[in-house]
Amino acid sequence: MITARNMVKKFGHFIANDHLTFQVRKGEIFGFLGANGAGKTTAMRILCGLSAPTSGEISVAGYNVYRQKEKIKRSIGYMSQKFSLYEDLTVRENFRFYGGIYGLPRKRIRERTAYLLEKLNFSHAIDKKIAQIPLGWKQKLAFSIAIIHSPRIVFLDEPTSGVDPITRRQFWEMIYETASREVTVFVTTHYMDEAEYCNRVSIMDQGRIEALDTPARLKEKYQAANMNQVFVQIAR
Amino acid sequence: MKTIRFLLQKEFIQILRNRTMLPLIILMPFIQLIILVNAATFDMKNIDIYVVDQDLSSTSRGLVDKFEASPFYHLEGRSFNVEDGREDLLTNEAEMILNIPEGFERDLRRKNQASLQLLINAINGNAAGLIQAYSNHIISGYNQHIAVEWTQGVAAQKQQPLEVVYSYWYNPEMNYKIYMVPGILVILVTIISLFLTAMNIVREKEMGTIEQINVTPIKKYQFIIGKLLPFLIIALFELAFGLLLGRLIFDVPIVGSLWVLFGVTVVYLLVILGFGLFLSEISDSQQQVMFVTFFFMLVFILMSGIFTPTESMPDWANKVNVINPIAYLMRIIRMILLKGSGFADIWQEFYSLLIYAFLSLGLAVWRYRKTA
Repeated sequence: MITARNMVKKFGHFIANDHLTFQVRKGEIFGFLGANGAGKTTAMRILCGLSAPTSGEISVAGYNVYRQKEKIKRSIGYMSQKFSLYEDLTVRENFRFYGGIYGLPRKRIRERTAYLLEKLNFSHAIDKKIAQIPLGWKQKLAFSIAIIHSPRIVFLDEPTSGVDPITRRQFWEMIYETASREVTVFVTTHYMDEAEYCNRVSIMDQGRIEALDTPARLKEKYQAANMNQVFVQIAR
Repeated sequence: MKTIRFLLQKEFIQILRNRTMLPLIILMPFIQLIILVNAATFDMKNIDIYVVDQDLSSTSRGLVDKFEASPFYHLEGRSFNVEDGREDLLTNEAEMILNIPEGFERDLRRKNQASLQLLINAINGNAAGLIQAYSNHIISGYNQHIAVEWTQGVAAQKQQPLEVVYSYWYNPEMNYKIYMVPGILVILVTIISLFLTAMNIVREKEMGTIEQINVTPIKKYQFIIGKLLPFLIIALFELAFGLLLGRLIFDVPIVGSLWVLFGVTVVYLLVILGFGLFLSEISDSQQQVMFVTFFFMLVFILMSGIFTPTESMPDWANKVNVINPIAYLMRIIRMILLKGSGFADIWQEFYSLLIYAFLSLGLAVWRYRKTA
């Protein structure tokens, strides 16, 4: 679903992404790990068409990131690190707005809203303003809105930062459930325990991908008991 | 089209739900019209004068009576000493001293001429000019009066060969408020439309929602229209509301066609809204955009001719005003409302605005980038 070959992004002299090469398969949960400033968000923004790469061959959902950005945008969902719902609108209004600008018909928006809220067990709060909802719920709502148009790939940029452990667990259940319906999940995180939940992970350091494999094989290769130790060895 | 409807719906919900914005939109026309129009008037009434009559003759008293009888003057005090009057000038209690020297009547009778002195506070040059003109008017009127009186019947036949008859067109009562109301209306729609749009996209940037919009397949033009239309509608509503208030409170004449006025205003608003969006796009925070917007507002408003006619500005200022959209509408709105000018009279300004609308919207569309 995602192919990147020698992807480079430079900001002046600073190289944020240094020849990244990776592939993500359909229905896979792909973890994008790295310390702060390693270049994860930059890479993700390029894949979403929010930022133009300096060079490299990159395709997302079968479309070229240079020429077919708008087609890519129809096929992907994105949940940014920065909070992305309108605080002064209600849950229903947020769903309606984002569904609307993705071009869904009103009937379909209502159906998807009802369905997604049902699954979240949050239907009772449909007319509450986002400002009155706790952070954990907001994150789950943001995820639901990122998939309101049933994208083939969903990009999550540190979706669980700042939320409590129970909500994090529920969040990962949502991710699994989404992936089970053949949706590719591309997720960045700093939590190494979350890395264990991914099918494959890549670990970035200073703009380069230093390791890319399944969590089990990475642990074996670095002779580590958990992903945390793997990460510390690579990022040191 | 459907996408734009969703954007409009969202913008209107946000505006109507905003607890500071909504009352301001309603109250602003009231406050600006009622307070500013009354305060920013150049009408001269009750000019405080201080009289120093050192002659104390019937002629000098007659002159002072003329001043007292005029609605423009209010006698603040009198004495025999100019110094007393000067003190009143310094404390702003008097605007003018009328100094009649000793021997005023005697000189007038013997030499057929006499002089008197006017000391005017000219810190505000405009006002001083007016005071001087009014005073001259009274004095020359009195001059003629005594000439007639003293020479009796002789003068009655010796009429002046040239007589000037004044007739003030378009504002026969020279009511300054009627001149100010259209100007304030321009300021009103400008402030509303410029600030609301300028703050809008920056706010989405600060909240992070712009990223979420940029990752959708929304088209540039849809986004720009969705951001422009709500504020265009609000600004037109403000204009209609302001016109109604102006009509009810100040009895402002609406001589020309309202259709032409609203048509021109739409084009003008496109210029302002495009510019507001552009400022919003190049700024990173609401503070920054406020600062920049305020700068442009202040310069453009003061140069627009709201208080001082652009005709009396220096040549270079008029050249700068070629790029000042506020100056165009300021001229047009007064022409339409007060003179009843039609499209044929304003087409030059109209086409200039149209060109600026294309430029400013073009700039806004060009600068809006979904991909950084």
